[in-house]
Amino acid sequence: MVCAGVKSAAVRVGRARLVTAAVATVLALLLSACGDQRRADEIIVYTSRADHLVKPVFDAYTAETGTRIRFITDNEAALITRLEAEGAGSPADMLITVDAGNLWLAADRGLLQSVSDERLESAVPANLRDPEGQWFGLTVRARTLVYSTERVQPDELSTYEALADDAWQDRLCLRTSKKVYNQSLVATMIERLGEAEAEQVVRGWIGNLATDVFANDNAVMEAIVAGQCDVGIVNTYYFGRMLRDRPELPIRLFWANQGDDESGVHVNISGAGLTRNAPNAEAAQDLLAWMAQPTAQRILADGNLEYPVNPDVVPHEQVAAWGSFRPDDLNVEIAGRRQVEAVKLMDRAGYR
Amino acid sequence: MGILALGRPRRLRRPDGLVLLTLALSAMVLMPVAVLALSWLGNESQIWRHLADTVLLDLVLNTLVLVVGVGVGVLVLGVSLAWMVSTLDFPGRRFFDWALLLPLAVPAYVLAFVALDILDFSGPVQSSLRQLIPAFEGGSVRRPWLVVVTLSLVFYPYVYMLARAAFMVQGRALMDQARILGLGPYAAFWRVALPMARPAIAAGLALALMETLADFGAVAVFNYDTFTTAIYKSWYHLRNLNAAAQLASLLLLFVLVTLVLERMGRGRARFEQQGVHRMHRARPGTVQRWLLTGYASVIFLVAFAIPVGRLLFWVVDSAWLDLDSRYWGLVTRTLLLATGAAVATVVLALLLGYVRRTRIHRMVHAAVRGATVGYAMPGSVLAVGIMLSFAAVDQWLGSTFGLRPILMGGLLALMVAYVVRFLAVAYGPVESSFERVRPRLIDAARTLGATPAEAVRRIYLPLLTPGVLTALLLVLIDVMKEMPATLLLRPFGWDTLAVRVYEMTTEGEWARAALPSLTLVLVGLLPVYLLMRRTRAH
Repeated sequence: MVCAGVKSAAVRVGRARLVTAAVATVLALLLSACGDQRRADEIIVYTSRADHLVKPVFDAYTAETGTRIRFITDNEAALITRLEAEGAGSPADMLITVDAGNLWLAADRGLLQSVSDERLESAVPANLRDPEGQWFGLTVRARTLVYSTERVQPDELSTYEALADDAWQDRLCLRTSKKVYNQSLVATMIERLGEAEAEQVVRGWIGNLATDVFANDNAVMEAIVAGQCDVGIVNTYYFGRMLRDRPELPIRLFWANQGDDESGVHVNISGAGLTRNAPNAEAAQDLLAWMAQPTAQRILADGNLEYPVNPDVVPHEQVAAWGSFRPDDLNVEIAGRRQVEAVKLMDRAGYR
Repeated sequence: MGILALGRPRRLRRPDGLVLLTLALSAMVLMPVAVLALSWLGNESQIWRHLADTVLLDLVLNTLVLVVGVGVGVLVLGVSLAWMVSTLDFPGRRFFDWALLLPLAVPAYVLAFVALDILDFSGPVQSSLRQLIPAFEGGSVRRPWLVVVTLSLVFYPYVYMLARAAFMVQGRALMDQARILGLGPYAAFWRVALPMARPAIAAGLALALMETLADFGAVAVFNYDTFTTAIYKSWYHLRNLNAAAQLASLLLLFVLVTLVLERMGRGRARFEQQGVHRMHRARPGTVQRWLLTGYASVIFLVAFAIPVGRLLFWVVDSAWLDLDSRYWGLVTRTLLLATGAAVATVVLALLLGYVRRTRIHRMVHAAVRGATVGYAMPGSVLAVGIMLSFAAVDQWLGSTFGLRPILMGGLLALMVAYVVRFLAVAYGPVESSFERVRPRLIDAARTLGATPAEAVRRIYLPLLTPGVLTALLLVLIDVMKEMPATLLLRPFGWDTLAVRVYEMTTEGEWARAALPSLTLVLVGLLPVYLLMRRTRAH
């Protein structure tokens, strides 16, 4: 209806010889927006994992099965709000986000549907997926300690919590609390230690900071290299990317909390779930299950030096070289459940 | 006389067609704002208490520091540079005339990142200083002063551009008259030229400050928490969009009050011109002339050449690997969207300006104000307001007429979003050109037998052209850089350069973000150059 109106307006304007290039541009834009019909067999994905990290996987799937996949990238909060606003009319079949907290939130808002699928349950460890099958991890991201090989002996390091000790006064660098990775880390600390003790730890970190908190993990590592501080907390793939370009840098990873009575390395996921009103749920479920299998796992994990979620798939050579570690076995949904508490705790502790 | 009647504004008893159109436009802009205002129906006292107990005071103080600092910064840079290029002669003036506008094409977060990359503890400057001077320790430069400097360098072109246009139209004759009446050159500037340019400068300042208030990218790079940070914190991290909308509407209220105060401050002053004059430039002494060149060069270097050079370095170093055939699609779509949105926005701004100029009706004033509030909202929040109202329209159409969604996922929605967000940008320059058209000029033309159409062509158009071109350019570049609304509302496949920049930076791939950023800057250069040529002084 509207499209027809725009078309006839375009014709009329043309006849009247009033067309300026500008008006034509605007009309052409409106026209091209119309007629963009959804094909019955295609899958539509909303993803906060960026284009260059998901497109290779989608291309491989299309090559293998012929199924067309279209996707929109955006910030996860925006995508979740969009799903909510679109309601039953949403064209989306699948939501992909980084950080389990976001998937938990989408499930909590009733935007995802439960999937029971042997292919997924056998490929994804139980603590890396939703107990009700509303979302599944696709890659694992480990957040651990990074230190200067020039000023720190590895045996001085032990746990995240120990970075609050006086020994690290003016030696610690942290990324901002506004990044969800730190919120998830603190959320699991609240789960294990309780709120009061977790807050003590965070206050200890803040007291030990060598400088203002940084906007990203790369800056934390650069600061350690430059000698501004000695130790920090980063996601391993940032470390991997930096060392891939400059292997000579004097920094190394340390696997935190590996003692018998300790929690293990903090891990999180990037993952996906089917939307509640997915128009093409069956095809989307096939895609989701396929993404947990070796071919896709290779592309997803290696493309960003992350860990595959499927235990049958070995990590990339460069990633494997950092050694193996025992991950925290808490279900990653804790990150979502306790995120708001974690944010408030960090605000109280003065962690900007 | 029909709706095209010109000349002195007419007092209307009842709103006519154009007034109604203006009201409709205003309603369109206010719709998303109203959706956000609805958030006050909810009770978010818990979040408010949390923010008030922990971060709110700091955030408000930080924001004030930023607004005052950037305000002074853009005024000093923008007015001084505009004055230099439009009234003085110095080596390189013709180049700086347009080159000083180029920083407009550099997104704020890019300059912020490059500034830290170069100046922070681990950057080249401090590293070399530590090697040269053993006693030098260095430290963090992520401090308020650097945030103020960075944003001033990015946003001064708004003031520069509008002030330059105003000074040029004033012409030399005005200054000569002031001098003949006994004022020294400085007094003539402070007491005549500057006050005459006040509407233009105020419009530029308002744009710069609204950008500052809405900025999230650059302050995030510095981890400098402002009021906008609280808005995002509430939405992204405390997961409460309602509280975010409440905070955003407070920000908007603050902006509205400020704009109204500025209006009242102008009082009954009029700023009409006697027509376009030829410029005869003053030629300062040799030393002063080279000092002026030095000043302009420094600003051009730090605000444009150095950041672009840094981007270029990254691109040559590695990021060119991303250059493939898909890239042309990004460039084309960016240009298409920006051109379409710029034309649509400026046409509507002209409508607003015209109605406000020719009609006196109590609703006109309010409608025009209402139609230009979009710019002060942080982009993401406004985008969400637009999305929520569009989704509601779609759902209503779907349930009432059984239509499939026509707004969400379509280009129309994105275009409307751009218009809502950038109407204020286009309206500022358009309005300040309208203010320069004396009603008496139109009266004279009519008395001399010109038809209304002729009066438009021979008086309105020449006087409005610089303002219209300025508005086109500003919106064009703003749309190209726009991220949040584009991300949220673009149809499938309509990725733009800004979308690519977002995807790379969000993954911490700063070097790979250099290619789309640099392309954005380069694509922005062409319209800047062409339009500045059009408005160049004779």
